[in-house]
Amino acid sequence: MTGHIAPPAPSIARLIGAWLFVGIPFAYGVYQVVVKALVLLRAGR
Amino acid sequence: MPLLSLLDRSRSVAPPGYSRWLVPPAALAIHLSIGQVYAFSVFKIPLSRLIGGAHAAPDDWSLATLAWIFSIAIVFLGLSAALFGAWLERVGPRRAMFTAALSFGGGFWVAAAGVALHQLWLVILGYGVLGGIGLGLGYISPVSTLIRWFPDRPGMATGMAIMGFGGGAMIAAPLSVSLMTRFAGVAPQGVVPTFLVMGAAYFVYMMFGVFTIRVPPPGWAPAGWVPNEKRRAAGPETSVQNAWTSPRFWLVWVVLCMNVTAGIGILEQASPMIQELFKGRVAAAAAAGYVSLLSLANMVGRFVWSSVSDYLGRKATYATFFALGAALYASVPSLGAAGALPPFVIVTALLLSMYGGGFATVPAYLRDLFGTMQVGAIHGRLLTAWSVAGVLGPLLVNRIRDAQLAAGVPRAHAYDMTMYVMAALLAVGFVSNALVRRPAV
Repeated sequence: MTGHIAPPAPSIARLIGAWLFVGIPFAYGVYQVVVKALVLLRAGR
Repeated sequence: MPLLSLLDRSRSVAPPGYSRWLVPPAALAIHLSIGQVYAFSVFKIPLSRLIGGAHAAPDDWSLATLAWIFSIAIVFLGLSAALFGAWLERVGPRRAMFTAALSFGGGFWVAAAGVALHQLWLVILGYGVLGGIGLGLGYISPVSTLIRWFPDRPGMATGMAIMGFGGGAMIAAPLSVSLMTRFAGVAPQGVVPTFLVMGAAYFVYMMFGVFTIRVPPPGWAPAGWVPNEKRRAAGPETSVQNAWTSPRFWLVWVVLCMNVTAGIGILEQASPMIQELFKGRVAAAAAAGYVSLLSLANMVGRFVWSSVSDYLGRKATYATFFALGAALYASVPSLGAAGALPPFVIVTALLLSMYGGGFATVPAYLRDLFGTMQVGAIHGRLLTAWSVAGVLGPLLVNRIRDAQLAAGVPRAHAYDMTMYVMAALLAVGFVSNALVRRPAV
């Protein structure tokens, strides 16, 4: 047999997991920038 | 090697039931990682005080010397994207992404050795050359795969990944500072362990992308999608060699180059510009907040504008960037003279959103003109426009400002000429874009 066993079809959990895997660090980065921008803009007003 | 055969294109063809919505997170894992390059500046002060500690010692590297590391990384980004694009199309995204991860993560480790031995050439070889190759390969590797999975929304799909490149710095900057603080007692400025941890972490994170990405089976199309729908159809399949020598390619090259050059005009001078235009009203701290807002606008623009281009069409989207952008640039001196701070912030944020949008929309523009067969390789060649703009933009802005100041123009008006020149560059981009003709399919 030369082929390989195909992985099972992705579940909703796999999709959610994949999006969380990239979404959480991304949200962390956006949060950091928004907080910094707001704090600094307030300080400089 | 059987393990490495997992990276073959043939082993990465999607099985039945694979969801195409797994491809954007795979691409984002790569782009969020390599986007770290825009946060490299957080290492500059620590790297300039490795020997001296609190202050730079005579044998420490100067900030001007350290600037070369970033510049060389960007040059190698452009070179590797241009040179390895055709290889990427041949071997598939998985092997290219793996090579990018190895190169980018490994670059950190080589750079760490350079810092430990205080050998600048080794840091440049690691972060600049190896890391730069990882950047270029990583940047273009998911693009053609995303376009093939999302023929109905190519702008949105590539915009999502390229937005990740903008977001990478937002994650890397606080992460790097926190790691350096944690390791400050272990090594000078904590840089070596930080580089080692980041190199390993980025390699592992990028592996998620490597093993999640799949290429669509031949002939795959989304259910119910009509391929010949006007405006959304891909151009005739064109090889990178034929595309590279066509006038269309060079017109789009000018489009990207002008858009990026103009955007850098704001980015490069954002902090001093807002302080000098609104003297006494905007302090240095608030200016830093303003720069953060601009980076956010740049990132959001990447997703929003590229998604809009799926409905508006690529040519109309760029025409909007250039026409609206030129008008907005030309309005900046008046806003500064009138002391209209909130409109100034809104206008410049909008300009930066279009700068990001220009980057994110261009892969779909190439797909409209040259098809999907070698769009990744063609995109790689086009990124040389970015390298040129990266030199041209700051050079223009700084030279014009210095000439204005030398001519006795008050500081508050030293940017007026720059803004008009940026508007003129966008006018050139408008004409170039207008000359682009879609080939007959």
